[in-house]
Amino acid sequence: MHDLDSLTAVPSGPSTAPPLEDFLKGLWKENPVFAQMLGMCPTMAITNSVMNAIAMGLATTFVLFGSGVFVSIFRKRIANEVRITTFILIIAAFVQIADMGLEATMPVSHKALGPFIALIVANCLLLARQESFAARNNVWRSALDALGMGIGFTLGLCVVGSVREILGQGSWLGIRVMPATFEPWVIMNLPPGGFFSFGFVLLGLAWWNERKSRRASLRIPVALPDTRPLFEQAV
Amino acid sequence: MSHYFWIFFSAMLVNNFTLVMFLGLCSFIGVTAKVSVAFRLGIADTFVLLITSISASVLNKWVLVHAPYLRIIAFILVIASMVQITEMAVKKWSPTLFRELGIYLPLITTNCAILALAIFQTNRGYGFLEGVTFAFGAGAGLILALSLMASVRERLELADIPSVARGTALVLFVAGGLSLAFMGFSGLMTAQ
Repeated sequence: MHDLDSLTAVPSGPSTAPPLEDFLKGLWKENPVFAQMLGMCPTMAITNSVMNAIAMGLATTFVLFGSGVFVSIFRKRIANEVRITTFILIIAAFVQIADMGLEATMPVSHKALGPFIALIVANCLLLARQESFAARNNVWRSALDALGMGIGFTLGLCVVGSVREILGQGSWLGIRVMPATFEPWVIMNLPPGGFFSFGFVLLGLAWWNERKSRRASLRIPVALPDTRPLFEQAV
Repeated sequence: MSHYFWIFFSAMLVNNFTLVMFLGLCSFIGVTAKVSVAFRLGIADTFVLLITSISASVLNKWVLVHAPYLRIIAFILVIASMVQITEMAVKKWSPTLFRELGIYLPLITTNCAILALAIFQTNRGYGFLEGVTFAFGAGAGLILALSLMASVRERLELADIPSVARGTALVLFVAGGLSLAFMGFSGLMTAQ
């Protein structure tokens, strides 16, 4: 699901957080995969192995970085009425570069990812970052934000990819990790496995968050020092 | 004739865009709370798919032969304008639907199913008629997937589900179940 707030209720001014925070927020607090849930199609479509997840994550990071810097440089010149179209065109240009570059340098990965490299254009994460961050911040901050989001996205893909590859093929990044007697779950390689494994990851996160908020709300006072006189404590 | 038949049913069932190829998941998860809205979003999607397919055929024939490096840019530009036209049409003909679809109507632009249709069509070398059949099949598949998902979710509203599982995780499990059911259709292709 889109976190609609991130697309509609965008911040009105430049970021005032410390620059390091611009980078770090993409890794966990506003992680594109787990917190914002943007760009779910690649999260499920190409995560049947960790290698694919890394290749896809790096390609997306490249496009995020390139278009973020570009949009940020020209942010004062882009007319407000046509900004979405302009952003999409800038993103499309970088995706085309990534597509042709990958085809020339890593033909195997390019073949495995298939049309999903071209489909980075249609990844809502990219448009959301340009609209809510790059168009309002200077080049330096936009680059940090794009790198943080890109690495966060890559990590998210790797988590889902690890679950699928370990259960579906008994290996991680091509290295066998499960005992020889382990029967691979074929379903994890098939499309339903994508839905199920991402569902399980989200379920685990929801459980973790609920536990954390429940603990915070209970606030049990722990082991207060006993201030009674000694003779009373003995009783 | 059977060639077109297979293109249609392959796009609709065997390689269903949403449940088998993971395309257009954002609206699949975001707009499937009510059957009526989901169904009509499917129709709007089909309309855009159809126009995109026609435009992609024209672009492939006249423009992209000379400049293949413009492919992604040309496709996305056409799709963005087509979605804009659809948005204006829906706003005029059905203001209610316009309000119900909300942000998801302009977001058809970033619905990967639309761009994927143009790319698949190019990769497979489909002509004009084949492309239109493919678009109808893909659209029918989207309508089917969206309506099925919305029907299940309407029932789930009344079910007693632990609060942890409510939300996107549950929707994904239901989608996994539907996807599993659609795997059964892969047997159809061997019949061909």
